[in-house]
Parts: sequence; structure tokens; C-alpha cells
Amino acid sequence: MSAHDTTEPNRRDFLYVATGTAAVVGAAGVAWPFIDQMRPDASTLAMATIEVDVSAIEEGMSITAKWRGKPIFIRNRTAQEIEEARATPLTDLKDPIARNENLLADAPATSADRSGGEGRENWIVMIGSCTHLGCVPLGQSGDFGGWFCPCHGSHYDTAGRIRSGPAPTNLPIPTFSFISDTTIRIG
Amino acid sequence: MAGGHSTYTPSSGIGRWVDQRLPLPRLVYDSFVAYPVPRNLNYAYTFGGILSIMLVVQILTGVVLAMHYAASTELAFNSVEKIMRDVNSGWLLRYLHANGASFFFIAVYIHIFRGLYYGSYKAPRELLWILGCIIYLLMMATAFMGYVLPWGQMSFWGATVITGFFTAIPLVGEWIQQLLLGGFAVDNPTLNRFYSLHYLLPFMIAGVVILHVWALHVTGQTNPTGIEVKSKTDTVAFTPYATIKDGFAMVLFLAVFAYFVFYIPNFLGHADNYIPANSLKTPAHIVPEWYFLPFYAILRAITFNIGPIDSKLGGVLAMFGAIAVLFVVPWLDTSKVRSAVYRPWYKLFFWLFVIDSIFLGWLGSRPAEGVYVVMSQIATAYYFGFFIIIMPLLGLIETPRRLPNSITEAVLAKTKGSATVTPHSAAAAPEKRA
Repeated sequence: MSAHDTTEPNRRDFLYVATGTAAVVGAAGVAWPFIDQMRPDASTLAMATIEVDVSAIEEGMSITAKWRGKPIFIRNRTAQEIEEARATPLTDLKDPIARNENLLADAPATSADRSGGEGRENWIVMIGSCTHLGCVPLGQSGDFGGWFCPCHGSHYDTAGRIRSGPAPTNLPIPTFSFISDTTIRIG
Repeated sequence: MAGGHSTYTPSSGIGRWVDQRLPLPRLVYDSFVAYPVPRNLNYAYTFGGILSIMLVVQILTGVVLAMHYAASTELAFNSVEKIMRDVNSGWLLRYLHANGASFFFIAVYIHIFRGLYYGSYKAPRELLWILGCIIYLLMMATAFMGYVLPWGQMSFWGATVITGFFTAIPLVGEWIQQLLLGGFAVDNPTLNRFYSLHYLLPFMIAGVVILHVWALHVTGQTNPTGIEVKSKTDTVAFTPYATIKDGFAMVLFLAVFAYFVFYIPNFLGHADNYIPANSLKTPAHIVPEWYFLPFYAILRAITFNIGPIDSKLGGVLAMFGAIAVLFVVPWLDTSKVRSAVYRPWYKLFFWLFVIDSIFLGWLGSRPAEGVYVVMSQIATAYYFGFFIIIMPLLGLIETPRRLPNSITEAVLAKTKGSATVTPHSAAAAPEKRA
């Protein structure tokens, strides 16, 4: 054996390194599809857009739509609810960011930025999944007249902003737009 | 101590033939017949055997339930009802499986507390202890995924909350959650993969159990005195002594199990799980199965931000930390004395810890509001304080009671025994370990 030892890499060294490299790269390559198959599949991703008719929702009424397996709260807020949301200073908020996919990432969580915007401030469209651990909050309850999560006691106000409890952020607002006066497209 | 020479002698020609080719009978004989066990083991030491029986019960009932169950959100709930109503003896098999999970956890908790009381985790049994912790983790994962399969309200929302833990991880949290769910919410892909993994994990548990028993048989069992076996008089043969003691304890344990299965099969479950899953409505009060309640209380106790860690991530970290801390117990306990029998202060703190754990379990079943939150915070503080402060400090400052010189001496002192065994006879046989 020692007779073949040289300081130069010999054929045995090359085979050793090549086999090891092939094993590592091969293992990583084979592992990926096993992980990849767990990600949301094409049929799940295809459910990305829904349209909701909101013509029947009067002031003070809400509906829950289903989008990507999650509930979407659509509420036509009362004047009083809007007033309460406007009157709350941003410094009172646990999370002062709007969390609105339709706005810039750092938009403030004002009543207008949390809703359908100017002229549509009465409309609020949010993913009804508590930002704590994903339970569905109950509407028009809790200490701030908005939503209350029964699982771990998070209270949201009339603009869906987190006010007390363990949830870290406001209820997220998905990408949505009014494609007519009575129809909302979500996603 | 397991390293003694094998005393197996095949009595038949076939026995000799097999022994020369695959000495499996020899392994079984050496491990479960001639294997020496400390002579002073009490009934707290029977739960290892009980746990292996419960694993077998769960696998057997699980395999046959799988023959009738359909892992699809459309069919799952009704297929479970079909098992209950139509499948011959289906009700019995399902109740055995569901209550079996609970009794599996009852046994494992007694087994873990026994280890903590008698210092079973101390050198040289650290790996034995860690393997046990891994089995416990696998049990929790298996039980959680099994609970999702009936696709009731608690199944669905329990899965939502527990996979929601991962969203607390900064940056990659949501990606990981979608990877687990196979979508944006708990749905059919989630149910399918949980079913697959629920079938797989018990066999992984069985694999780790083999390592656990192997490690046990390398170091030998501990015993209530915490003193290592020093001489032949300290031990008795596994069969018949331990076999019959384990067997008797199993009969008693299974009798209580049978009482639950036949008389109060739903006592440990939740009525809400007999309502089909509804992704748009969370039950008013969601709680996990009883065996997760202490950790659930710890999760909810963190209602405040700790520096840059918000309360959500803090709660999740505390909950996982409550399990992770078990892995390092062998290095947290600084006492040179193994058993709580000779540690008066540790004994006190240990029992307070047991009460604290049960108290946390009760708090986990209460709503997360008002005085319960404060009580959960106090109980959580003691839970971690016991491991992180009391265990290391107590070992340094506590004065232990005088240890007997050997197991034999301790046993004879208890029975006010004869003078045939003197302390120096034990000392004459210095500790030997293979």
C-alpha cells in the first residue's frame, strides 16, 4: 500500500472525492422532491381568486366568504363603528401598521387604510383568522366592539386592529378590489 | 452489569443449530430471563413494561382501524361513525385506540416522574434518558396527528392552532406552516399527510424503544436507593422476579384501562369532536387532549413581550422549552446523590413539581382570562425554576442523608434483617460495570 503513496493526488483519491461528492449532491437532489411535494399543490393554488356579491349587505351586516380555505370577513360598518375607529389614536394601537396587501407595507393602521379606502371606508374585508394561532374570531364582540377570538382571548376593534391579548398583528387584509359597486374580487 | 457471560445453554439439537446461526433465543434469554435486575425494584419500575404493552395495543388496534378509515375530508368523519356503528366490534377497537392513547400517556408520565424522583437520568444513563425524551416527543406528534383524523371540530381547530405555532418563527414561519399543511389552511392535503405520518411514527417509536432498552441493558437498571449494583446479592433474575412483578402491574393497569373503555369511553375526550369539522366556525372553547394541557397552559401564560420576542413567539418558545429542558436534565442536576430517598429537600421540591404540573394541566383546561392567566404565569415560573434554578443549586447546598453501602444493606436494614451481610462485604465487591 505505502509503495503507492505519493504527495500527488492519485487515482484512489480522485475516486474517493468523486464518490463522496456524488453521494452528497445526489442525496440533496433526491431530498428536494420529497420536501417539495409537501408544498401547496396546483389545485390548491388555483383557488386563488374569488368574486363576492355584496349588494345585499346593508349597513351593520356582515358575511363570511371562504378564500384559500380561510374565512374572509366582509362587513359594511356602521357610522358609529367608523367613528370609533377614526377616534382611536395610532399610539393606542399594539400594531400601528395597516397590514393591507393593497397598500404599501408601512401604511399606518388608520380607519381608512384598514377599509375599502376613501369613499368606501364603510367596507372592511379581512382574513378572519386570528393572527395568534389561526382561530376564527367572533364578530361584534370583545372589549372594543369589533372581533374577539375565543381561543386565547385576543380583542380586535371595529377596524380589525389588535387591541389586547396575545395576537401580535392586526387581522390581515387580502388583495381585493371592487370590480363594480356591488362585487368584490378577492385575491 | 449486563456484560456478564451468557449463561444460555440450548437444551435441544435444534436450539444448538439455531444458536450457531442466529443467536436470537440467546439474546432473548440473556435480556429477559437471566438478566439480573436490582432486588429492590418497586412498582414504580413496572411502567416500562406497561408502556411496551400499550405501544403494542395502539399499533394492533390502529392497524385494524386503518382498514375501515378513509382519509378524506369528505369521508373521514362518517367513516369513523361507520366504524362505531357498522363495523363488527368497531366500537370496541376505536375506544381501545382512543383511550389507549390516554393510558399510554398516563403510563409515560408516571415513568418520567419516576425517573426524576430516583435520579435515573444521571451518569451513566444520560443517553438512556435522552432516548426516552425522544420517544416522548414522537408520542406527542403521533397523538396529535391521530386526534386530527376523525375530522371533528376539535380535530380541525387543534390542527389549526398547533400548526399555527410555526407562524411564530420569524421570516420562514409561514413557509414552514404551508409546508406542513400543504395549503393555506388545514384541509384535505393536511389530513392525508397526517394519516400517513400517524401510521409511520409508531414504528419509529418502536425503533427508538429498542435503542432505549439496549441502553438500559448496557448500564443496568437504577433502583430506589440509586446505588449501583455491586455484588450478586444485590440482584435477582429478571425471570421470574421482574417478569411476574411487571405482569401483575400490567393486569392492574389494564383493568383500569378496561373500566374506561367499557364504562366511560368518552370521559377523556371532548364532545365537540363529535361535530364535523367546520372551517368557518371555531368552537367557543378549544382545548387539546388532557395530556397536552400543561404545555397549553405554558403557551398561554406568556402574554407579555420579552425584549424583541413578542408574546406569540415567547409562548411558543416557552412551550417547546418546557419539553426541551427535559433533554438537559442530566446536566442540570448537580447532586452526587442519585435518589430522592436520600435528598430531603429535593424530595420536597420534586413533589411540589408534580403538583405544579397537575395544576398547570388544570389551568390549561380553563379559559385564558383573568386570574387563570396570573396563576398560569406563577405555575410556569415554578416549572422552569425547578429545572433551571432548583436542580443546579440544590445539588450544591443540600446535605443528603447517609447512603447505605449497598442495595443489599438497604434492603436488609428495611426488613430489620440479620447480620449476615455487613457493610464491608459489599465494599469488598467494588462496583463493576461492563
